[in-house]
Parts: sequence; C-alpha cells; structure tokens
Amino acid sequence: MGTGFSPLFSAPCFPLSHAGMRRYQLHLKGSGDRPKAGSKERCELEAAHCVSSAVQYAKWLCQWLSVTAAFLLLSGCRVESFLDPQGPVAAQQRTHFWQVTALMALVVLPVLTLTPWLLWRYRDRGGADYEPRWGFSRGWEIALWGGPALVVAALAVLLWVNTTRLDPYAPLASDANSLRVQAVGYDWKWLFLYPDLGIASVDLLAFPARRPLEIELTSATVMQSFFVPALGSQVYAMGGMSTWLHLGADAPGRFRGENSQYNGEGFHMQKFEAVAMDEAAFEGWARNAATASALDTAALDALEQKGVASDLAYALDRPSDEILFGGLPDDLFAQVMAETAKAPMAPHDMAAGR
Amino acid sequence: MTLAGLLDAALGRLDWNALPFWEMVTHPNASSIINGLIASGAAGIMVLGTLVTIWALTRHRLWGMLWRDWLTSLDHKKIGIMYVMLAFVMLARALAEASVMRTQQAVGLGGGFLSPEHFGQLFSTHGTIMIFFMAMPFLTGVINFVMPLQIGARDVAFPLLNSVSLALTAAGAALVMASLLFTPFSTGGWSGYPPFTETGYSPDVGPDYWIWAVTLSSLGTTLAGMNFAVTIYKKRAPGMTMFRMPLFCWTALCVSILMIFAMPPLTLATSMLALDRYLGFHFFTNTGGGDPMLYANMFWLFGHPEVYILILPAFGVYSEVISTLSGKKLYGYTSLALATICIAVLSFTVWVHHFFTMGQSASLNAVFGIATMLIGIPTGVKVYDWMLTLYRGRVRLGVPMIYAAGFLMLFVIGGATGIVLANPSLDYVTHNTLFLVAHFHNMLIPGLLFGMLAAYAFWFPKAFGFRLEEKWGRRAAVSWIAGFILAFFPLYGLGLLGMPRRTVAFFEPAYLPFTLIALVGAGLVLFAFGCLVAQLVVSIRERDDRRVPVGDPWDGRSLEWSIPAPAPEWNFAVLPQVETRDPFTEAKEQGRAYRSPEDYEDIEMPRNSAIGPIVGVAGFACAFGLVWYMWWLAISGALLSLGAMLARGFARDTVRIIPAAEVREAHESWLAMVRATPRIPRHEENTPANLGHAIPASQEEQS
Repeated sequence: MGTGFSPLFSAPCFPLSHAGMRRYQLHLKGSGDRPKAGSKERCELEAAHCVSSAVQYAKWLCQWLSVTAAFLLLSGCRVESFLDPQGPVAAQQRTHFWQVTALMALVVLPVLTLTPWLLWRYRDRGGADYEPRWGFSRGWEIALWGGPALVVAALAVLLWVNTTRLDPYAPLASDANSLRVQAVGYDWKWLFLYPDLGIASVDLLAFPARRPLEIELTSATVMQSFFVPALGSQVYAMGGMSTWLHLGADAPGRFRGENSQYNGEGFHMQKFEAVAMDEAAFEGWARNAATASALDTAALDALEQKGVASDLAYALDRPSDEILFGGLPDDLFAQVMAETAKAPMAPHDMAAGR
Repeated sequence: MTLAGLLDAALGRLDWNALPFWEMVTHPNASSIINGLIASGAAGIMVLGTLVTIWALTRHRLWGMLWRDWLTSLDHKKIGIMYVMLAFVMLARALAEASVMRTQQAVGLGGGFLSPEHFGQLFSTHGTIMIFFMAMPFLTGVINFVMPLQIGARDVAFPLLNSVSLALTAAGAALVMASLLFTPFSTGGWSGYPPFTETGYSPDVGPDYWIWAVTLSSLGTTLAGMNFAVTIYKKRAPGMTMFRMPLFCWTALCVSILMIFAMPPLTLATSMLALDRYLGFHFFTNTGGGDPMLYANMFWLFGHPEVYILILPAFGVYSEVISTLSGKKLYGYTSLALATICIAVLSFTVWVHHFFTMGQSASLNAVFGIATMLIGIPTGVKVYDWMLTLYRGRVRLGVPMIYAAGFLMLFVIGGATGIVLANPSLDYVTHNTLFLVAHFHNMLIPGLLFGMLAAYAFWFPKAFGFRLEEKWGRRAAVSWIAGFILAFFPLYGLGLLGMPRRTVAFFEPAYLPFTLIALVGAGLVLFAFGCLVAQLVVSIRERDDRRVPVGDPWDGRSLEWSIPAPAPEWNFAVLPQVETRDPFTEAKEQGRAYRSPEDYEDIEMPRNSAIGPIVGVAGFACAFGLVWYMWWLAISGALLSLGAMLARGFARDTVRIIPAAEVREAHESWLAMVRATPRIPRHEENTPANLGHAIPASQEEQS
C-alpha cells in the first residue's frame, strides 16, 4: 500500500479518507510493520479508522448532496412533477400528498428517533434497568393498536374524499365548456383526435388553458398508460376498449407527457408534448392543422408500423416536430377499437425470425 | 428424412441465433458488440461456474458424497441448506443484473450503452429471479431448517414432498440460467402482462421461458406450503400448544396458508397465457373476446399475498433475533400472533391496488385503498412490539441485531410510502414510476432480505457447528444498509419527478444526479455481497476457532438451541415435553437444561430417495422442451416425472430405524462434553471462549 494508492481501495474500511490514509501510513512508517491481525493494536486501529472513515464518508456524502442540490436549483432546468402542479387535478393531489406525509410522520418519526435511543440506552452492560420477563401491558396494547387505527381512520376519510373527487372519469368542476379529445396509443407514439374539429396530431396534445380537457383513450396495440406529470393523473389505455381522463391546465405552458406502461423497445421514447394555449392561440393552431392533409388509410397504415413519431414523419414526409392531419374519417376512434378487438395480427406486426 | 433434417426437427425452434454472441458476430455494430459482450460474458460466467463446480467435485471425488448426503437426503435441515445455497447463487446473478441496469441509467441521459431489448430482458430476469428464485427459496429454506426444530419435531410431515419441492424450484432456476445461453428471456417484466406477452407482440421464446420457470417454482411452493402447514398442525412436540410456539412458527404457519391459497391463481394465469401462446386460445388477447384485465386481476390475486409470503418469515426472524439478542421475552406475543393472522387474511383483500389506474370506479378503488391501509395497523403494532422488546432488555449489537435495527428504521419509511401509494388519488401520479420501484425495494430489502441475512447469521452455527466471523459480517450489514439507502432513496425523488419505471434511457437532465447517487449505492451493495462471501471464506478457514459444539451460541430461547451444533440427523434424541413459551430459557433458568433422559427409544427416519433429483431433472427437461418446441423432450420429461412418482408408490422400504443404543451413545457423549464445558456470559459471545454453553442472560451478574 503506497502513497500513490487510491484511497478507495485501501483496507480496512471503505471508503478511507485522505486524512485517514495519511494517519495509517504514518503508523506504518512509525512501527515499521503492520500490527498483527487479530491483535488488540490492530483491532483498535481498524476501529478508529472505521469511525474516522465513517465520519469522513458522511462529510463527503453531504458535500456531494449539496453540490447536486445546487446543480438542481441553479441549473434552471424545470422539473415537472405534480409537486409543482400546473392544473387543478395535480394541485389537489399535491395537497393530499402532504397531508398523508404529515399523518405518516406521526407514525414514523417515533420509530426513527426511539430505535437508536433504545439500542443505546438498553445496551448490554450499559447499566440500565432490565426486565427480562416483561411481555405484556394492557395500556401499551391499547395505545399500540389504537394509535395506528386512529391514524388510518383519518387517512381513510382523506382517501375517500380525494378518490371520489379525483376520479379520472369525473368531469372537472368548471363553467367553461370542455374540449373533447380522443387518444390512441400506438407502438410508440400517441395519436390525438379532435373529432369536433376534424383534426388530429401525433405526439402533440394542444388544448386551451383554463378549460376542462376530456380525453377518451384506447390502445391500438398493448396496454399503455397516458401520463402528464405536471397536470396530474394517469390512466391506462387498452385495446378494444376505452377509458376516460379529465385534466386541466391553469395557464398556458408546455408539459411533458409520457407512456408509463412498458410496451417494448421504443417505450422510453414514447413521449409527447401537452401544450396549453390561450383560446385565441388554440383556435389559430386548430385552423392551421385543418389545412394539413387528411388522415387517410395510408397514414393509418403508417401509424400502425412500429416506430416513434420521427419514423412516422419520415414515412409520411412531414416535419417531425409537427405531424398534423386536417381531416378524419367519421368514427375513427370507434373503428380503431373495433379493429383492435377483431382483426387478426397483421403480418407486419409479427417480428421476423424467432 | 435426412439426419440433418431429423436433428433440425428435434431441436424445435432452437437455432444458432439463440446464442448470445450470434447477433454480434453476424451483424456487428457498436451496439450489438457491446450488448453481445455483456450477454456473452454473463453466459460465460454461468458456463464457467458450472464447469468449475463439476471439475472440483470430480477432482475431490465428492460426487458420491453429494448424491448420498445431500441430493437424495430427505432431511429437512439439508434441504433447507440447499434452498439457501440456491438463493445465494441466484442473488449474485440478480445483483449483477441490477448493477448493469443502474450503470446504464447513470449514463442513460439521451442514450447509454445498453440496448432497449437487452434492458428489457434484464429487468425481467432481475425481478423474476429475485422473487421466485432468491426470496422464495431463501425463506422456504429458513423455514425448512428452523421450524421443525422449533416445534420439537424430527422432520416435516412429508419429507419426500420436501425434496420434490426443492427439485422443482431448482429446475425453474436452472431454466432461467439456461436462458443466458439460449436467449432471449422475456421482456415483459416479472408480471408478464398480456397482450404484450402474447404471441402477437412477443413471438419469441422469452415469455415461454418465463411461464415455465414460474410454473415450476409455483408448483414447488404450493407443495412446500402444504408440507409446512401440516407439519405445524400435526407434528408439534407434546405440550407445545399453538400459543406456546415461537413467533417464527406462527409466521411460518401463516406463510404456508398463503402459499396454498395464493399460488394457484398464478399457476392458472400463466397456464391460461400458455394456452393462448401454444394453442391459440383467447383468454387475454385483444381479439377473440379476450380481456387483458382478467390477467391483471388473476396475477395480482396471487401477487399481493405473494409479497406477504415474502415478508412474514422475515417478521418471524426479527421476533426471534430481537428477543434473543435483547436477552428478553418477546413483548406482546399474543398481539404479534394475532397481527400475523390479520395480515395474512387482509392480504387477500387488497389486490386491486396494483392497478388503480386501470379504469375502475372511484368507489371500488377507494374500498381497496382503505383495505390496503388497514394492513398498516397490525404491521405498525409489530414494529412497536419489537421496539418494546428492546426496552429494558440487554441489547447486544451482533450481526443479526444490526440487520434488525436497519430494518426497524428503514421499513417504516417504506410503509409510509406504501400508504401514499394506497391512496388511489396519489397512485394516479406515482403508479409505474420509480416511486413505486423504490417503495417495493424498500419493503423487500430492509424487510425480507435483511431478515433472511439475519436468519443466515443467526442459525448458521446450528447448521454447521461453528460461528460466522463477526467483522466481515458487520461490514456486510452496514454496507447493505448504506448501499440500500443510496441506491433507492434517490428513486423516490425520481418517481415524484415523473420518471417511469423500466425505462432504459431518459431525456431530463435533472434526473442525472439521482441516477448517479443510485449507482454509488449499487456499488456499495455489491461490496456488501462481497463482504458476505469474504465472511464465509474466512469463517470456513478459521472454523476451528469458532466451534460451538454445545449448540447455544446466542443464549437462545427456543428448542432448537437445546440440541448439539451441528444438529444431529434425528434432531432430538428424545422428543421434549413443553410446558411454556421460550421452553429452553425456562429450562436453563431452572437448571433443567442438558439433563439425561430416562429412556431412549428407536428412532424412525426416512431413507434417502432419488425421486427428488429425478423430478427436478425431468421437470427441467419438460420445461426446456416446451420453451423450444422440442416436443419429444417435453413429453419425455413429463412421463419421467410421472413415472418416478408412480414407481415410488410401489416402494416398500422407505424408512430406516436408528437403534436406541446408537442414539443413547451419541447423546450421552455430547451431554458429557456439555457438562465439561464452561458457560459464558453474553459479553464473551464473540470470543473463542464461546463453545455454545450459555449462562442465561437473566442470571448474568452485571454491575
């Protein structure tokens, strides 16, 4: 073990700090030899190093954590989460989350604080009271069963209220008219249909802010899960059937959307953008989309090919950041559902080879 | 038909492209080479390990001993040890897979080195192995070894069935190992949801590997559950009523009931998926009237009780460890037993919480959410009862207690996040994210794994007759705790930030610090596993310094500590008469321990049997044949299995008698050695002076 040796690889403890390493090497130089394994000197030295290493390790860990925290805060990258809610659904979920956390802290903090204390106070040969036969106390039983029961009762009330209020199928409370969108999950992209406007888009869910968004979902392939973290709830999209989701955005903005149910090699790339716009901007966008070419059978066939949005754009010769369609077959959503439930697997869906 | 044609037909759909290096060799590019090297490396390690083992056994002429003393043995202790050894081997593989995935995610911003297909197989094998081939064998092995000793029995109720259960589990593990060489494995996760795992979306052999490996394992587990339940009901020593059983046996009983009732939905669900895949049925397909939601319900009807199967034995271990290493009676025995029963019953009423987002009505979700939270009550009671056991005890921080301490603090955090997930409204924003992954690892690692490692440290001396070395054991325990925290607490953050699970790469730079910290944690966990290996090597090398022939190195409270270490084949020379809880502590305190029995009787023990190994090999052959469409192999395996069982029905000579004189001689010489061995107080527990003879903690003089 020489001076050039990386501290990470030195015995006896991991990791050994620079200070600890220097002490160990001074000891080596002083005694000319390593203390014998199993000897009291060696044990004491190793114990001291363990403690000093642990302290150094904790310091290093704190440094690392503060660096990354600073990175997060100062880097300016916005991190989307229901904890930074951009809509009424996520906002209510955040409130509920902190309520549950606070209630659970009542249960958890006593354990976290008392356990180390118990281990220390009642250590062997520590001189504390010792009652080897004490195994029951009616008072404690009532407290131990009753305490958690009360907490769970409170949580149950919160659960019932929030679950019924945040039912994905329940329309949002609002005076404004909702916008109806139909979402079809493919491998590995989302098709958003606007049946009332006669337009469609791929991987771009544009909608007006401050108005409820009503989404009916299905999958043209396997089980998928539609999720926009900044706006709130997710819901599964499954073949041959439809599910519903109601969301809203408080203000215009761009939000990351994703599929959270694994569906193959392109799963990690099945992201989309949910863009909340001012009413006027949204109308402009819809008018622009209506000028694009229609969603015809060729386009539908291309959608069914495995690939992400950019693959689709290439196949349809469209700009990859904006795949829009200005015309839909009637009842396309219902057709997709029916076909997924009825059609045998098309040849191109079967992987070649084994 | 030509010879080549015959061979081709016999090999089914097995072809050169099944080999892990085939893609790399035939279509070389950066991605295929990197992934091919990793996959081939893993397969190479497996093949090399197998060859080295075969060579070592041959060189030291151990095949005979292996067959006679281990593989054909019906001794519950040997079978238990073999289960635990299987668990450790599979733990090594699954940890390696986890490390590769962690490394990929640490460099996964915008890409990484691992292909999505490879990553898909990794998370599927990691989950499948950890649950079915690490956790289940580990806990089954511990229950197998400990429970009959604790109830004062000579063996389990059905020793041959015990051997068959082990063989089926090992066959499933072998199938998963074989998938390293004859690829690919499933990419559908350990839950195997259709329609992704149907032929239309996964036409390769992957899901078939998964189906048959899980089927073999689930059959083995169902049989083991029946065995344990009957043993506990019928084989307790005279005087040991149910409420005098050690807590570990209560948890073993509830686990057995769960195994019996929870495994069948899994066997059914996977069989139905197999019918879909092999015979074109439409149980779970999109088409033909199938419904994937049915699979979700059936799978989780198994899946939720399964996680309680995983955790309850660990709870039992903690009860034993905490009371023994505090030198104190377990607080709240009746509450703990009742809480265990409550947890077991409630575990069947909560399965919908695994798919709150599948479109059920709010009231249905809410009912299941409240049921899920109800399980938190008995679990909380257990944690507080263990803390009250520490209270006014004399706590020794031996290796099992370090695991227990880590468990107490970390598990409640996992329980709190479980309550978060139990609320459907919150589950809607955390389902399928890393928050969920962090939660269940938080329950399984500090809960199950620490419990099993504590059990390993605690009962190793009883199994092998010498203690484990303490320093490496402490390093392992502390590294596991620190490694777990660093590897999984960042995942809570990532989940709250919306990062999905099972995702090979990501595009949010903000995720990177978290994945990097998690990688450090994974490194620590690997180090911890290395410490366990080092501990075992050192302990074996220095075993003469740590022998505990008297058999009570921890000042134990239950019957298993009253017999020699290593435990004799017949467990108890004379079946004990039990009058209280903690019978051995009572005997020690009243000076009744280590008395010569008045009378010895002949002992009837089962003869060895080859049925177990035969069923194992046959089961593997059948499963492998089914996976690769080698119908001749599948049918032969099935027929061999059936034939072996039928042949056993005609066996007459299945027991051997150990004469009373032999038992007397062995037992009396051990008792003479005990009387000549000095007793030690607890602070000398980790010194060479500890030969397994204890002064009971309550009688120790302490200033």
